[in-house]
Amino acid sequence: MDLFEYQARDIFEKHGVPVLGGVVATTPQEAREGAEKLGGGTVVVKAQVKTGGRGKAGGVKLAHSPEEAEAKAAEILGMDIKGHTVHRVMIAQGAKIAEEYYFSILLDRANRNYLAMCSVEGGVEIEQLAVERPEALARIAVDPLTGIDEAKAAEIVDAAGFADDVKGKVAETIQTLWTVFKNEDATLVEVNPLVKTEDGAIVALDGKVSLDENASEVRHPDHAELEDKAATDPLEAKAKENNLNYVKLDGEVGIIGNGAGLVMSTLDVVAYAGEKHGNVKPANFLDIGGGANAEVMANGLDVILGDEQVKAVFVNVFGGITACDEVAKGIVGALDLLGDHATKPLVVRLDGNNVDLGREILATRNHPLVTLADTMDGGADKAAELANA
Amino acid sequence: MSIYLNKDSKIIVQGITGGMGAKHTALMLDSGATIVGGVNARKAGTTVQHKDHEGNDVTLPVFGTVKEAMAETGADVSVVFVPPAFTKDACIEAIDAGIGLLVVITEGVPVQDSAEVFAYLQGKETRMIGPNCPGIITPGESLAGITPHTITGKGPIGLVSKSGTLTYQMMYELKDFGFSTAIGIGGDPVIGTTHIDALEAFENDPETKAIVMIGEIGGDAEERAAAYIKEHVTKPVVGYVAGFTAPEGKTMGHAGAIVSGSAGTAAAKKEALEAVGVKVGKTPSETAELMREILKAL
Repeated sequence: MDLFEYQARDIFEKHGVPVLGGVVATTPQEAREGAEKLGGGTVVVKAQVKTGGRGKAGGVKLAHSPEEAEAKAAEILGMDIKGHTVHRVMIAQGAKIAEEYYFSILLDRANRNYLAMCSVEGGVEIEQLAVERPEALARIAVDPLTGIDEAKAAEIVDAAGFADDVKGKVAETIQTLWTVFKNEDATLVEVNPLVKTEDGAIVALDGKVSLDENASEVRHPDHAELEDKAATDPLEAKAKENNLNYVKLDGEVGIIGNGAGLVMSTLDVVAYAGEKHGNVKPANFLDIGGGANAEVMANGLDVILGDEQVKAVFVNVFGGITACDEVAKGIVGALDLLGDHATKPLVVRLDGNNVDLGREILATRNHPLVTLADTMDGGADKAAELANA
Repeated sequence: MSIYLNKDSKIIVQGITGGMGAKHTALMLDSGATIVGGVNARKAGTTVQHKDHEGNDVTLPVFGTVKEAMAETGADVSVVFVPPAFTKDACIEAIDAGIGLLVVITEGVPVQDSAEVFAYLQGKETRMIGPNCPGIITPGESLAGITPHTITGKGPIGLVSKSGTLTYQMMYELKDFGFSTAIGIGGDPVIGTTHIDALEAFENDPETKAIVMIGEIGGDAEERAAAYIKEHVTKPVVGYVAGFTAPEGKTMGHAGAIVSGSAGTAAAKKEALEAVGVKVGKTPSETAELMREILKAL
């Protein structure tokens, strides 16, 4: 889960990372009050969107008074930045910047450890710096068992080439940012820019934090509050309430399957089949997991049939541990539960454990909406055809 | 022959008394695997009742620690079914006890826990598979995990996959040939055994004649596997990558399955594999067909 800048700022502050005052506002009026709360002086009004390039898009503006902050917030709120509508701004205290640096720590999938990156040239697009002047970006591997201790922090600031007068303070801040990464179970903590102010203080001026959702589930119940519920698709929200793994896509063929890999594969096979049937596309990703009983199936079908774009549904299940007769009972049970709400054709492909029993149950019930398919490819083709009818 | 797991493997189950642990202990026994006991510190000294594949009663001892279980039974494989909050500790306990193969089925393990366990593994004798994986099956010999043992039997194909159900699907598509070993490595960002590890083991396994490699969106494991194949693998490899239609920025079920920017797309992975001579199928059935042609020509 990616956090907004203001949420990252709050988390930084909680862990003792030096930050400037910041207040989040959803209306120009709140922006004005925020600026007053911060002392009435110069502030920066910053669009809160989970994408880069805000500055260039006009989403970051300086304001010298609370009145100006209100006016700038009115300009920024509602703005569209790379497809993200601005619903909030952060009013941030202004800073007199002497130097800008860069620091991040992230999960390094390839090496299965963590990677700290640091540069004395901050405030720029770091991807660009990494390509154009790789020598300016220090990259130091971090052992997950020892993390960033004093020695590791010293190694990082040395590699980045910090001047002697700031080395100590930057190293200290880096150690604090490590505690944010570790204690909040982040997969990314990035500060760009990390600045030295004119009076010599080190401050994290902008932050990006991504949290590991597995860890939030296991040991950070407070992270649930950080979720951006407004941005969640209503169907995705409904699926989540029912513990379903659902992602809304733009298409006409609803998909239900078991296992993430098989469902992803089903989306592809349906998209290929769609090329022959008016270019219909998969409408969603939905993994019902191993235990597909009638209730899970009904919840899943309910979410998918609630998608107005959906014209037909493809149920693709490989009965591994789950027996196909259970899945078939689930489908029949779901259709009975839904009654008149079920109006769209269903193509069902079952294979694996107890497949004959499963097919027999569906054949016996002989529901007018259900078509049985023998193979995954055949089922995808039939569902695409029905969605294009 | 096979990789990592064979008929002599003696398996213990960490979390044998839990719902998942009990269910899959029964299924592993039904496959003919040798299960010798389980671990649950709070139920040490008790036993659990199951049936073996011939229907005979089996009484399995529950031990307080992995170390004790290994000393008493000679176990060399452990399958972990404990909940995600306790998975890290369970793994470290098994590594400390010196288990040879550690198969972590648990889904939802915090990624920092996995990274710590992986760091802890370095220089130790344990091989870890998973977490969040279906485990490993050597058909006709042994099963350490949740892969259905009834799909197909022994044969010349080695299979390595991030996904459980796609493993089953591919085994089913190629059931007329059978498999030496099929291993599900899991879809998390940090895993113990990679495509490359499995490719190396299959290359060295005389029974494996050809290899199916199944990947999915996210990360660059498939690209690195392609580079490895180019240098080190002489056996024919057929590939499949799931998620061509996955949009950017959406996690597709597995924590690691996400396209970010231009990184991690299925198209890039397919291209990397094809560049080193791996035939890549567009669908599971096409992939199976490619493998069938190769096996017929051997």
